[in-house]
Amino acid sequence: MADPFQWQSPLAHLGLAARSNREGDPGDAGVHLSERPARTQVNLRGDSADDAFNEAVTMVLGVGLPARPNTTAAGEGVTVLWLGPDEWLVVAAPDVDRLAALETALAGHGAAVTEVSESRAVIGLTGANAREVLMKGCALDLHPRAFRAGRCAQTLLARAGVILHQTGNEPAYDIYVARSFADYLWTWLEDAAGEYGVRVTGADT
Amino acid sequence: MLLISCPWCGARDETEFSCGGEAHIARPADPNALSDAEWADYLFMRKNTRGPYLERWVHTAGCRRWFNVARDTVTNEITAVYKMGAKPPRARAKASRRKR
Repeated sequence: MADPFQWQSPLAHLGLAARSNREGDPGDAGVHLSERPARTQVNLRGDSADDAFNEAVTMVLGVGLPARPNTTAAGEGVTVLWLGPDEWLVVAAPDVDRLAALETALAGHGAAVTEVSESRAVIGLTGANAREVLMKGCALDLHPRAFRAGRCAQTLLARAGVILHQTGNEPAYDIYVARSFADYLWTWLEDAAGEYGVRVTGADT
Repeated sequence: MLLISCPWCGARDETEFSCGGEAHIARPADPNALSDAEWADYLFMRKNTRGPYLERWVHTAGCRRWFNVARDTVTNEITAVYKMGAKPPRARAKASRRKR
């Protein structure tokens, strides 16, 4: 699927790697921002009521599709995000090559497998004040009783359409944003997080 | 600002949605058989009710699914949300017809 060596970061011009090295570790930063490394993203559409379709997907991915709205399912090296009643986003590291088998496995099931890896950048947001930063631009209820690790949501963050995925209860979020909005959203996040102290961390964390 | 309950995603801000106008307008089975006036009536003419109104909404910034909403155009109160293809809640539909 995606060729990682060809991948170009939409945030390359911000020099984030250099900044993460230079800024060292001010331990008191309330917010840690990073650009997540390139990952394979596949948009999957199909009939979730069709058992054969579900079985074929589970066979390839090693994890079943999440049926409940706005939830995720994590398998070995693969995460599946619910996008709609018949739509999912399959995310994996670029070296996970079994996604390529998805299309052949689903032939004849009326499913659509679309590679969308380079359509979105993924911004990692962690730190003690990460939730407060999101609350400045997002109308979702992000309180732990309503939104916790393993949940995802498509919503607006600072008026930009994003897929918000909570990956940990620290809290930690992965924010998927269209690459044309990546620069805008990054600068918005850094501005919103300014009062808590921002640290840019390496792309591989 | 309305708080709209998407049948899949739950309560979300109105800014995430787009309104698709009046619901339950059936496309004519044979458009070629219609006169221009009848076709224009299907395309453009809406009830524009004052009071309970059945309309279509789409969760644009969320799951991108269409669904129906029963909304009072005076008070903005949303009395029902139901999926595409489902029948409108009976009481609402009756009230809606009476007011027209």
